[in-house]
Amino acid sequence: MFSVAMLGVLTAMLLALVAAVRGPSVFDRILALNVFGTKTVLLIAVSGFLSGRPDWLDLALLYALVNFVGIIAVLKFVRFGDLGRDDSQSAS
Amino acid sequence: MTDLTGLLSWVLLGSGALFCVVGGLGLLRMPDFWARAHAAGISDTLAAGLILSGLMLQAGFGLVTVKLVMVLVFIYITSPTAGHALYRAAHAHGLAFGADTRLETEQVGEDRGAD
Repeated sequence: MFSVAMLGVLTAMLLALVAAVRGPSVFDRILALNVFGTKTVLLIAVSGFLSGRPDWLDLALLYALVNFVGIIAVLKFVRFGDLGRDDSQSAS
Repeated sequence: MTDLTGLLSWVLLGSGALFCVVGGLGLLRMPDFWARAHAAGISDTLAAGLILSGLMLQAGFGLVTVKLVMVLVFIYITSPTAGHALYRAAHAHGLAFGADTRLETEQVGEDRGAD
């Protein structure tokens, strides 16, 4: 039954990759990237159970955090074209 | 009792996989960005909750379930937050609405003027 869940997650990751390549605007690509990252967390969790070693859940936990920070960083880069912008000079 | 837990876990895992695929299809097939964001955002959180709940039933009480709950809490907090930041950025950028989509506020106030 873990293989069924894994198959669904892998299919969704494939579809998200296609959407990320195809998406007309940059926001479509970031949306697909967000879905891909969440599905990666699920894939790590399910694959840990599938191989009988659920210890990999630490990696899933770490990936959930890194994914969030990564999405916010990419959004800021798209918005400002710079990750280390000095906010004190110009308001918002 | 164990059979019932196994069956419930199987149902949760299967429906989670189904929602994964449905979300991916919505990401590909919906007409414009806002509909795609709707499909992806909802199915993303729902599929994560279903699959992680199914894994929790498999793991039983223990450290593994605690880790699964932590993963679930982090996903439930960060995924909608990242989505909200993304939609706000797209709206501030002025991303166009499709032919069939518009803001809810534009339906309420008809005399709002052209954008």
